[in-house]
Amino acid sequence: MGQINSQIQVITGRGLPLVGNDIDTDRIIPARFLRSITFDGLGEEVFADDRTQTQGQHPFDLPQYQGAAILIVNGNFGCGSSREHAPQAIARWGIQAIVGESFAEIFFGNCVAIGIPCVTADPAAIKQLQEQVMTTPQTSLTLDLDGLQVQWEGGSITLTMKEGPRQMFTTGTWDACGQLLAQRDQIQATTERLPYLTWATTKSA
Amino acid sequence: MSKGTLFDKVWDLHTVGVLPSGQTQLFIGLHLIHEVTSPQAFAMLRERGLKVLFPERTIATVDHIVPTDNQSRPFLDSMAEAMMQALESNCQEQGITFYNVGSGSQGIVHVIAPELGLTQPGMTVACGDSHTSTHGAFGAIAFGIGTSQVRDVLASQTLALAKLKVRRIEVNGTLRPGVYAKDVILHIIRTLGVKGGVGYAYEFAGTTFEQMNMEERMTVCNMAIEGGARCGYVNPDEVTFTYLKGRQFAPQGEAWEKAVVWWTQLRSDADAEYDDRVVFDATEIEPTITWGITPGQGIGVQEPIPTPDEMPEEERPIAEEAYRYMDLQPGTPIQGTRVDVCFIGSCTNGRLSDLREAARFAKGRRVAEGVKAFVVPGSERVKQQAEAEGLHHIFLEAGFEWREPGCSMCLAMNPDKLEGRQLSASSSNRNFKGRQGSASGRTLLMSPAMVVAAAVTGVVSDVRELL
Repeated sequence: MGQINSQIQVITGRGLPLVGNDIDTDRIIPARFLRSITFDGLGEEVFADDRTQTQGQHPFDLPQYQGAAILIVNGNFGCGSSREHAPQAIARWGIQAIVGESFAEIFFGNCVAIGIPCVTADPAAIKQLQEQVMTTPQTSLTLDLDGLQVQWEGGSITLTMKEGPRQMFTTGTWDACGQLLAQRDQIQATTERLPYLTWATTKSA
Repeated sequence: MSKGTLFDKVWDLHTVGVLPSGQTQLFIGLHLIHEVTSPQAFAMLRERGLKVLFPERTIATVDHIVPTDNQSRPFLDSMAEAMMQALESNCQEQGITFYNVGSGSQGIVHVIAPELGLTQPGMTVACGDSHTSTHGAFGAIAFGIGTSQVRDVLASQTLALAKLKVRRIEVNGTLRPGVYAKDVILHIIRTLGVKGGVGYAYEFAGTTFEQMNMEERMTVCNMAIEGGARCGYVNPDEVTFTYLKGRQFAPQGEAWEKAVVWWTQLRSDADAEYDDRVVFDATEIEPTITWGITPGQGIGVQEPIPTPDEMPEEERPIAEEAYRYMDLQPGTPIQGTRVDVCFIGSCTNGRLSDLREAARFAKGRRVAEGVKAFVVPGSERVKQQAEAEGLHHIFLEAGFEWREPGCSMCLAMNPDKLEGRQLSASSSNRNFKGRQGSASGRTLLMSPAMVVAAAVTGVVSDVRELL
């Protein structure tokens, strides 16, 4: 994943509503599933403990949401650990974008790095979108990062996203690695104004 | 927009350039890696035919998966063994210094880097772990990153980031007996909320932090992320310099003198501008404990569990979820709640001063019948120093188990786990559902001294009664 840079402007698909604030990364993917040297198989384990406890009634298990592409969440989604395993698990389940009231910062950055846009909308708009999807799960949603809207037949909500990450998706530069490496000369120049790099290197002892 | 703060100065110094997206390309002065979030990043490097650009600025240790009882190799958990082997071979292949088990310097990554003098003022520090904010205690800009970003730092020693706003959190006054750094940060998070810090760096300032030693400052900065702030820091001062002097990777001789001058210049200016300011009175802070499933659901130990009508409407759904999950009743006291497991350790509270304080209360007392209590030093060095002071004898005589260093039951990636509905009194940093290894296990966060108070009484207790 994240290998091939590609522009992400429009995402279409059905929605998956996941109601609740402060849904943390330990719930998205419990730590025991981090005991691996790859991200393989994480899609099946997304929200593993919540799903076991709700016995088939978790939104990720409900038949009407299978195959959904857009996750709709509330406030502070993805708080807690920096584990990229959390967005990897969500993405590997099939989610391509997340719309929510707000996102935890490290989670948001991890999503950018793997090509999953996290876009925000005000609480009333999120409620409207969640209700639309709950009452009519087959609704086809169109998330447009240029127009910053989610549209469906008979409705739409307005989205917000900071210009930096928005551009990284629309111009296909969300995988920053190549861009960063291209600045080798400037990286070298930066090191020359950091005195601590010469005080002691980590190899000296 | 902030101006003249340490955050601004360090950010500007490390800015490589502005990317077409408008984000900053930031140089990372110290990259810490561990076994959980790095193997996939090394695999991505290999797929792209890239090498580690600054292996000498990259340091590895193993902490999350190490067993704290039987550490002989191969580990009994084959998946943990595979992660260990991947880290060993990746470090060897890329020429990265690795502090392995038995090296004398292994431990929780956020404990060993300060111990070794690797973490210094004015640096940028990144690590694939959200508690990297710990290193801000030295006046560094330190934050957690995900695996793809670990790849970016390995490949380029830089990251694409948006600049944060700066909130000055001032706490003034002397903490009352039985009140610790842990209580200060739990109190701040309780007040500002778990998402109050999103988009901010927290500058911890005021006389309370000035009076704290480095380990206490680390406890505070460690949990900035639990308040939503990706990084937290304290301006470097004499306390910082005294801690650093003579450590293995600290500058020496002439370089030391230059370093102190440079570090001092980086302090936030007296007339620095902040995006926000909040002020607390240290004397109002009580021994604080969480009752719910987020680190913001905290109360003074003498307070009753809050009722929905006394909280803002948006906090009620998660409070209702917390009452059910924790099996605690709103309006009832938290004191007297029976505990099953007591855990002292973690990157928040697994350092020597934490163990000394815990031992002070454990001395001459006994762990209550039916309670499992254990102490996990934060590093091999902490363990060795604690043993030199005889702290392990105090713990063992009191009925605590004395273990090998690692992250242990903070997140239970190793064999240390809660079972079933067990309730844990824990000196760690997260009380999320299932955090300590059982899908229905329950966690109460508190200071190490409060954990001892719970261990010896068998119930949640006010440590001030043991003073």
